[in-house]
Amino acid sequence: MLDDFLVRAALAGVGTAIAAGVLGCFVVWRRMAYFGDATAHAAVLGVALALLFGTSITLGVGVVALAMAVLIHGLSSQGAAVDTMLGVLAHAALAIGLVAVTLIPGQRVDLDAYLFGDVLSVTRGDLAVIWGGGALVVAALWWHWSAMLTATLSPDLAYAAGINPRREQLVLTLLLAAVVAVAIKVVGALLITALLIIPAAAARNYASTPERMAFLSMGIGVLSAVAGLRLAVIFDTSVGPMIICVAATIFAISAISFQLRRVGT
Amino acid sequence: MSLIDARHIEFSHGGQKVLQGVSLALEPGEIVTIVGPNGSGKSTLLRVLIGALNPQKGSVKRQEGLRIGYVPQKLHIDPTLPITVNRFLNLPHPVDPDDAKEALRTAGVAGLGTRQMSQLSGGQFQRVMLARAILGKPDILMLDEATQGLDQPGSAAFYRQIEAVRRDIGCAVLMVSHELHVVMSASDRVICLNGHICCEGTPEVVSAAPAYRELFGTGTGGALALYRHDHDHGHDHDHHHHHEAAE
Repeated sequence: MLDDFLVRAALAGVGTAIAAGVLGCFVVWRRMAYFGDATAHAAVLGVALALLFGTSITLGVGVVALAMAVLIHGLSSQGAAVDTMLGVLAHAALAIGLVAVTLIPGQRVDLDAYLFGDVLSVTRGDLAVIWGGGALVVAALWWHWSAMLTATLSPDLAYAAGINPRREQLVLTLLLAAVVAVAIKVVGALLITALLIIPAAAARNYASTPERMAFLSMGIGVLSAVAGLRLAVIFDTSVGPMIICVAATIFAISAISFQLRRVGT
Repeated sequence: MSLIDARHIEFSHGGQKVLQGVSLALEPGEIVTIVGPNGSGKSTLLRVLIGALNPQKGSVKRQEGLRIGYVPQKLHIDPTLPITVNRFLNLPHPVDPDDAKEALRTAGVAGLGTRQMSQLSGGQFQRVMLARAILGKPDILMLDEATQGLDQPGSAAFYRQIEAVRRDIGCAVLMVSHELHVVMSASDRVICLNGHICCEGTPEVVSAAPAYRELFGTGTGGALALYRHDHDHGHDHDHHHHHEAAE
């Protein structure tokens, strides 16, 4: 079954969408979209370094995304103007990465694959990384769920309950780097944030508790991945952007139907 | 042993000293009120006591396994985060559904369990936070200007609720407020804070203290009179000359 590249692509998309779907809820609740961008854009630099040193792309991306995430985490605790700083870091990392990739001697690098994903070339090894990383992210969120949710509602409530919100934020930061490393093959560095926030945003209107929103977000992510792949094959387009197109369509339907229902009552 | 024992706390923010040489110990079951003008470091002190802020100098000792029920000044829940009252009550630890119902009743918001937090009025929201705080069976309840945004009857009712809660579960209460008259009538001890502790003691002692009068000026004359009136019946009559003086 895994011999079929379409099956592998579908499994890669589904695995990524599940991890991104849950984590994306926290990205939305905590307004970390720009944070996600910075981490994801740093991935391009990770690709360049991985090619330069001849290591695996996942490793390079993971390490650089992690470094970026920890850097932002450290800076944000010092009360710097976070929004501006994230903007600077995100785009600087992307630009440096793009330049670095073209400077690597003796290689013609297919940049598109890293910017927009290349899910049709997913190998069994990639699948293992995606599902392993995805499982790690989901397990960590499961384990930390209550503490993270409390810290998200109010850091002071967390402190009073004996939870360290800084620690929970650091864990989230690390998980974000993991998702970036996992997702780059599927949707590419530029669209990872979209895969994080669009399914979660689409789920918001139809959820009454954080848990329902997380499950709904996962479901919408998975649906987008499968449908996006199918449509990309039919229309012969690239897969990553098509997955995001489907997710955006679901978001639009969710938003419009919610408004209509509200006006109707 | 004290529930919390803070000694010689000094806290600066952005080069400005917010708290200086503040020492404060809380005993089981007592109601303590911190009063002080805006910017006097009341909220900062509370956040130091719960461990959200680390003072640059001084020490805070909390009793081993101390359970704190904290009701913040206000809580902003991001509109992207759906959460029902019941779910909120189960954070961070799951609670028995019957206990949750009971806590909502005790806090005066029975039957709101299935509502979204975002649909609550200001008063309901504060009471739900109170319900959540008492669900943790706290040794101490800490309220930071918990009645901000409530009208006067609303906040008076809220404080009556606090007294009832204290009676029911026997916890200590530490509150911060600027509504002197309502709060003082319920307190065992009042601490007047303005960066440092200006004066402290029973409500009678504090309201008569020159430092307190200086801070709150004559504008509170009516409020003080109201306070003494409330307590006329409950105290030794040698306070009567204050009473007359205030009127």
